[in-house]
Amino acid sequence: MSATVNHVGLPRDAYKGAATTLCAGCGHNSITNHMIKALYELGVEPHLLAKMSGIGCSSKTPAYFVETAHGFNGVHGRMPALTTGAHLANRQLIMLGVSGDGDTASIGLGQFMHLIRRNVDCTYIIEDNGTYGLTKGQFSATADLGSMQKKGAVNTFQPIDPCAVALALGCSFVARSFSGDGKQVVPLIKAAIAHRGTAILDIVSPCVTFNDHDGSTKSYSWVKDHEESIADVSFIPFFEEVHVDYEPGTVRDVRLHDGSHIVLKKLGEDHDPTNRQAAIRVIEEARAEGHLVTGLLYVDTAMADFASTEEIPQRPLKDLGEAELRLSREQFAQFMSEFA
Amino acid sequence: MTEPIVNDLTIQAATVNGSGSQTANLVLTRAIFHMGVPVAPKNVFPSNIEGLPTWYQLRITPEGHMARSDKVDVLVAFNVATWRQDLTTVRAGGVVIHEEAFSTAEARTDVTYYAVPFSKLAKAKIQSDTLRKQLANMIYVGVVAGVLGIPWEALEHGVRRQFLAKPKAVPINLDAIKVGYDYWQDNFSKEDPYRLEAMTGRVEGKALVEGNQAAALGALMGGASVVAWYPITPSSSLCEYFIAYSDRFRVDPKTGEKLVSVVQAEDELAAVGMAIGAGWAGARAFTSTSGPGISLMAEFSGLAYYAEVPVVIFDIQRIGPSTGLPTRTSQADIGFVYTLSHGDTKHIVLLPGTVEECYEFARDAFDYADRFQTPIFVLSDLDLGMNLWMTPEFKYPEKPFDRGKVLSKDDLEKVAGEWARYRDVDKDGVTYRTLPGTDHPAAGYFTRGSGHDENARYTEGADAYANNMDRLVRKLETARHALPAPVIDEAGSSVGLIAFGSTHAAVVEARETLLSAGQAIDYLRVRALPLSDDVAAFVERHERVYVAEQNRDGQLFDIVRLALPPALVDRVRSIRHYNGQPIPAAAIIEPLMDREAVPA
Repeated sequence: MSATVNHVGLPRDAYKGAATTLCAGCGHNSITNHMIKALYELGVEPHLLAKMSGIGCSSKTPAYFVETAHGFNGVHGRMPALTTGAHLANRQLIMLGVSGDGDTASIGLGQFMHLIRRNVDCTYIIEDNGTYGLTKGQFSATADLGSMQKKGAVNTFQPIDPCAVALALGCSFVARSFSGDGKQVVPLIKAAIAHRGTAILDIVSPCVTFNDHDGSTKSYSWVKDHEESIADVSFIPFFEEVHVDYEPGTVRDVRLHDGSHIVLKKLGEDHDPTNRQAAIRVIEEARAEGHLVTGLLYVDTAMADFASTEEIPQRPLKDLGEAELRLSREQFAQFMSEFA
Repeated sequence: MTEPIVNDLTIQAATVNGSGSQTANLVLTRAIFHMGVPVAPKNVFPSNIEGLPTWYQLRITPEGHMARSDKVDVLVAFNVATWRQDLTTVRAGGVVIHEEAFSTAEARTDVTYYAVPFSKLAKAKIQSDTLRKQLANMIYVGVVAGVLGIPWEALEHGVRRQFLAKPKAVPINLDAIKVGYDYWQDNFSKEDPYRLEAMTGRVEGKALVEGNQAAALGALMGGASVVAWYPITPSSSLCEYFIAYSDRFRVDPKTGEKLVSVVQAEDELAAVGMAIGAGWAGARAFTSTSGPGISLMAEFSGLAYYAEVPVVIFDIQRIGPSTGLPTRTSQADIGFVYTLSHGDTKHIVLLPGTVEECYEFARDAFDYADRFQTPIFVLSDLDLGMNLWMTPEFKYPEKPFDRGKVLSKDDLEKVAGEWARYRDVDKDGVTYRTLPGTDHPAAGYFTRGSGHDENARYTEGADAYANNMDRLVRKLETARHALPAPVIDEAGSSVGLIAFGSTHAAVVEARETLLSAGQAIDYLRVRALPLSDDVAAFVERHERVYVAEQNRDGQLFDIVRLALPPALVDRVRSIRHYNGQPIPAAAIIEPLMDREAVPA
């Protein structure tokens, strides 16, 4: 019996990675599994995938999926720079960045913002647990005001919300989810990858060792009690036919540039994901009410991505040779004569 | 009147920053160069947009000396704020061309004054209100030309050459020069000995090029296709020239697409990160920076060293530490850059000593980076990078790119996917890599700055770590023999001199001067780190060897001593110059005279 394969002919196992070294029950491990599912179902060719990360628990995870793909675990908070450079060298690569809240909202906040400002075509997943796990439980900058550390210390600072920052900067794709909500995370990962431009996906991912207690707002129980999804998300890749059999007025359909669709089924109040002001309002209201709003908050499918703005060719720059990169002998002689 | 002094003088123009004086100075430089007379300009400028004093020194010697002179023969005093101080810099018997309104009461009597009413002339003779301030500087070009006897044809050439891209500006600038030229003819008679006369044999086949222009062209010819930078003096012009050259030569004629990407990053952390990301993905990539920027690049440099990612990093040195003197030159980054990063790190550092080498080393740096899969630092400085230097024309590269040990899909098929990223197959310390996008299931590996085994897998294993670090030493040893060898010029003297980078110009002149005083000095110019074995051999052949450099602590002196067997260490002495002004020959001659007791 032949194994089930995806549309590029690969079995699900082709998307697996090395065994995780994170704690049992870590939200990040769930995200890794969602990633495997999303990449498998999307039919991403492993050799075209570039898994990028910074430093921290989250940044170790690219080793745990698609082992045959290239990956780059760089320095703390600088995944965006490495991603930008690699993307410019080879536009054919699918840039998939994995970062954490320490990596993104503290040391790497500047790079995070400038990546968005340039709209570099990449997916940026924040595995957000509000704590520094590897250094044993200090607050990170996404920890909510008043939330408690395991030993009782209270966070006295306002949180930096990566989604709010991204929206303020005009990011072309902003979504939030919860590691325990695979039904939502998987289509959002697919949509983020299919999107052309910087796609920010903030996934609250509880740290079972340091931030899963009462008083934490990044624990499994708190998120389960306070999660408020704005819409049911499903993703239809370009290679599948669209069957929308919802009642008119109950769904929104966002067509991405590669021909895939994000289909959003209304849950409560109707949210227009192409309205940035509305997305900011949704976040602000949820914050005021003490909820965690999840789903696709905002998408702009028309914004030009960085490589297009820069007018570099689809053909990878890394493949150019002497003939294209050097001046010809005649050009060189002419140029030198101008210095005389 | 005394004996004429022909083609051997230093002009110093003291002006106000942002007033357009640099254009006037360049016109003067190009006019004199056009006469066949060697020129060596040094622009001493402030960290300021407008208003602070600035000086432009134009050294003219029949021999073509290119180091800064510490004597001024002809002062053009255009800045009232520095007038009194500037006057003290002129040598006895020198010439002072000054704004008539500047008082000469109680001033020196051992110089020749030519008082010119520059402001009044500008008001009366320059019609354009908007351009008057800039064009006023051209008036002094005319006066200097009158004093020194620069032919009108040379001035015309200088203006046309300076305004190659703006031919419309040529007539108005020439008109302004004519105002000064005529004023001198009509109002003065020659009272000083300085003359310029056309000559042959020194500048033919030579160009006037800035080191940063040369390096930008080198990077273009070296195949750089991803560049990330953050503006910083004195490095910015390297990237700006690269952008200008790319706009001209790197546009696909069929599609209009750019065959290069240049990113102005948010800071130097991002700039070097982008270059490393691009190098990892297989493009030839560089960044360029100076002091504060190189400090910020330390962490990423360690990653690229340890994860073995090719990248080229230019450091156009300026005076530090901290902000230091941002517009003054220095060679004080060499020690820091050599081991940039925490942990055991040692980098390949190329040390161009001429503008031609700025071009060649910039170009070849990309081959070294690919070949040795490591950051290549190219260490230039403000003097070399931002001043114009006479140089032989650059040579067209005859060799194709050396992309190093990269396994393609076909290569991987041949070995049935059996390879390991950090396995030393060839026993030269240099391992094989694959690029992202290589369509083979065995191509992928996980690049990391954390401890890794031969297969690039995470490990904290003691042996794996130590073995890998030992291999990196082997790799550097392989590289050491492939880098530009020292240039040695010796004639059996017992005294030797070692220098690098822009100090070269002062060494050349110092050796000529000392030779004419009866003291031959042998010379070795270091062109790369880690040091070649030639350095120890050179020390061994000499009783005393002086290391001359432009930093306080004798950084190359230390590096040289560390590379010597104990018996030779005491032979080495240090000559240091570190006030931000390009080193003059005198700074080498004087200590050598003192310590070597050269017979009169």
